[in-house]
Amino acid sequence: MRKFKVVGKSVPKVDAFSLALGKPLFADDIELRGMLHTKILWSPHAHARIKNIDTGKAEALPGVHAVFCYKNVPRVIHTSAGQGWPEPSPYDVVMFDNKVRHVGDRVAAVAAETEEIAEKALRLIKVEYEPLPTVFDPERAMDEGAPVIHDEPDCKYLIPVFYDPKHNHCAHIDLDVGDFEQGIKEADFVIEHKFKTHHEQHCSLEPHTCVCYFDHAGRLVIRTSTQVPFHVRRIIAQCLQVPERMIRVIKPRIGGGFGGKQEVLIDDVCAMLAMRTKRPVRLVYTREEEFTSARVRHPMVMWVKTGVKKDGTITAIQLRVLSNAGAYGPHAMTVMNNTCAKALPLFHCKNIKWIADAVYTNLIPGGAYRGYGVTQAAFPMGVMMDEMSEAIGMDPVDFWKMNTIKKGETSPIFKALSETGKGVEMIVESCSLPECIAKSAEIFGWREKLEQYKNQPEGPVKYGVGMSCMVQGGTVPMIDMASAFAKMNDDGSFNLLIGATDLGTGADTVLTQIFAETLDIPVEDVIVYPSDTDITPFDKGAYASSTTYLSGMAVLKTAEKIKEQILNVAADMLGEPKEDLRIENKAVISNKSGKRVEFSQIVKRALYSKDQFQIAAIASELSRLPPQSFAAHFTEVMVDTETGQVKVLSYVAAVDCGTAVNPKLAEGQVEGAILNGISYALTEEFFFDDKGRVLNPSFGDYKIFSAPDIPKITTILVPSYEPTGPYGAKTVGEVNINGPLPAISNAIYNAVGTRLYNTPFTPERVLRAIKEKEKKGQTRRR
Amino acid sequence: MEITCKINNVEKRLVFEPHERLLDVLRREGYYGVKDGCSTGDCGTCTVIVNGRAVKSCLMFAAQAKDEEITTIEGIGTDGNPHPLQQAFVETGAIQCGFCTPGMILSAKALLDKNPNPTEDEIKRAIEGNLCRCTGYVKIIEAVKLASMRMGGRRK
Repeated sequence: MRKFKVVGKSVPKVDAFSLALGKPLFADDIELRGMLHTKILWSPHAHARIKNIDTGKAEALPGVHAVFCYKNVPRVIHTSAGQGWPEPSPYDVVMFDNKVRHVGDRVAAVAAETEEIAEKALRLIKVEYEPLPTVFDPERAMDEGAPVIHDEPDCKYLIPVFYDPKHNHCAHIDLDVGDFEQGIKEADFVIEHKFKTHHEQHCSLEPHTCVCYFDHAGRLVIRTSTQVPFHVRRIIAQCLQVPERMIRVIKPRIGGGFGGKQEVLIDDVCAMLAMRTKRPVRLVYTREEEFTSARVRHPMVMWVKTGVKKDGTITAIQLRVLSNAGAYGPHAMTVMNNTCAKALPLFHCKNIKWIADAVYTNLIPGGAYRGYGVTQAAFPMGVMMDEMSEAIGMDPVDFWKMNTIKKGETSPIFKALSETGKGVEMIVESCSLPECIAKSAEIFGWREKLEQYKNQPEGPVKYGVGMSCMVQGGTVPMIDMASAFAKMNDDGSFNLLIGATDLGTGADTVLTQIFAETLDIPVEDVIVYPSDTDITPFDKGAYASSTTYLSGMAVLKTAEKIKEQILNVAADMLGEPKEDLRIENKAVISNKSGKRVEFSQIVKRALYSKDQFQIAAIASELSRLPPQSFAAHFTEVMVDTETGQVKVLSYVAAVDCGTAVNPKLAEGQVEGAILNGISYALTEEFFFDDKGRVLNPSFGDYKIFSAPDIPKITTILVPSYEPTGPYGAKTVGEVNINGPLPAISNAIYNAVGTRLYNTPFTPERVLRAIKEKEKKGQTRRR
Repeated sequence: MEITCKINNVEKRLVFEPHERLLDVLRREGYYGVKDGCSTGDCGTCTVIVNGRAVKSCLMFAAQAKDEEITTIEGIGTDGNPHPLQQAFVETGAIQCGFCTPGMILSAKALLDKNPNPTEDEIKRAIEGNLCRCTGYVKIIEAVKLASMRMGGRRK
């Protein structure tokens, strides 16, 4: 493997000191003269027609500058999904509609001189609702006579895909590879179960924030907490019916995204209010609004049937998916597709049947969430792997090793399906999953613990271990594009302008390292500036595990172009052919004469002395293949059989993200994803009443893990070298959130002999499962 | 209303409406390191130190700050001279998005000021009220340990 100078080093994040010092870097950390504050009126009904709205009193309130509702804004049907164009999500939302489709849907908005006045104005708005029948259960949403949630005539997809809103049918695709029925016939054991996964909120500590104002030329500037600044510009231009050139989107530091900010959620209202009032306007979600009126991980019902031979061959896999899109369909189809496209290539199996539907219901809409459908599918698949290995009496470690894709292999799924539709044929060029499994099993002490827990202690507390493996393909192939621009300054430093969007992940740092490595300069010589639609070139944004891989390649190509220009100037200066020169430590050195010329001399000559020009370059990268990142997770749990309480004691993850450009940041991605996954598996849960209201819209009642809750987490990076990625790098953002659900479920089974097919594994649910098992007299344990 | 208090060792006169929270007044005064992540006292991003105790400024009326000594993230270190906790957070990779960081560092500082050599459990308990969605807390705990070691070393 290649030796690197900067890549592979844990240099501190380029923005870390500024953040540690508490500098005003986030979207809401500016005050603008005359800035108005926005508050939104939310629907109290899960489904209702708005017969009338009277905003007169609100508008008359001193300090109120604008009140918006369906009556006074253009009706532009679009999608709030921050995806490339044409978006693979249905156009089913408008800024304000005369119909509400979930509790917490938008009804009206007020811009006023203070938040207090805006809130007071909301209370003066009179809305006449005609409540409509509701449907919350996705399994009932397509029933004959179910209330039609999108009865507007203009909802549609821009791309040719199935869409039947009259039956609340938001998306459907199915896929057959091989012959599933034949595979079942060949099996020695056939296992079949129904699984359910639940809603999850992203819980970025920074709520959705948008501040709009005008530049010197009267153009609209949108400073917003987004993962997708270029998609924001395009979609807001669409909503406001103005050309893109009138809009500049700036992404400052972002307080976490996790997919929640891959959504044009609030920018349309804020921008429209600014346009109408000609004043700067601010809109910041409250935490409660994050829970009632943002996006969630799509809950899914999944039916899985698999066949396995005694020798360990998986003969058939059927996965039927029903995704609850909620009231609108952003990301509904693509998340659904990933339950196959990015989840199933992991497995060796010739006969795969996948049938997937997404349906509208009158609940909070789903959206992008770290894992993006793979998390949902990884749960049933990980549990089924455990059951199959048990059925044939094989250690799950061996069973997983035997049945997962290896380097040099392909999967028919790659060609058949991608996130957006048609896939691309590909071979896995890098994979250290077998080493990941072996290393993490050893460090975790799998065999010892498995033996140890065959003898459980007396008393109500039982112990168990479980494992699972996972994959996450990076990028959307043949669609995602990233670009970078760089120029050289007088002192030999460089401005690196990237469209890529750092959400706190460290993308700015990682991309700086890739640039510095290519030009053999220290990271301090790179001034990185990201995500500003006026200044930086296009990047599709931070999603689909793509920044390090895709934006990284764009940066690498940019640096290589710059390198050529530097060598050309140096060749002329030294009077030697370019082929004899090399770049080293901010200088060009002749391999022959040993003569040397510094970067600062080269750039000064280029700028001031001879044949003057700006040393600069731009480069783009289109994703042609989705690089596959892998991980193996092992966990040890304690289950109190009297209370149903599950505690995760330890968690070991071995991860193949190719070359870790910055190991510490990569570890941080792993640790964060794992804890988010554990928290989702054990405590995070939305509660709805029978009217569709979220009953627990606060951190007090929606429990995410805090420091005392964490188990001992061990992260092992097991390198591979991805030839299509920058310096062998793949991606690391998402894959590890796919482990906790199956690994913990398997560990609970190992401890108490009860399988959990529904998430989350709360004390109530675990206790109920234990009681049911006792009733049935089920005693099987590994 | 009008009060005086000390913010980051500087005497300040604050003017506000009686219902206003300390969080809002501090941000208005330019202490943007004080964040608003939930307004219900659950997330800890608005943490400041009041007379040695880490408190959530969203749960405090500004009026309650009368004559108190308040420390915000802006008051504990500078570019050239960061607090050991700030230094340690940077070095260990404890900062991802950085939105929880000011509150997290101040809770840790309130701990270390009283207890220079805390156990891992004491560290976890001290930052219990500070949520982080990015890091899984692993490197944050490591950072507090590192800072405590360095600060303890300095005292000895």
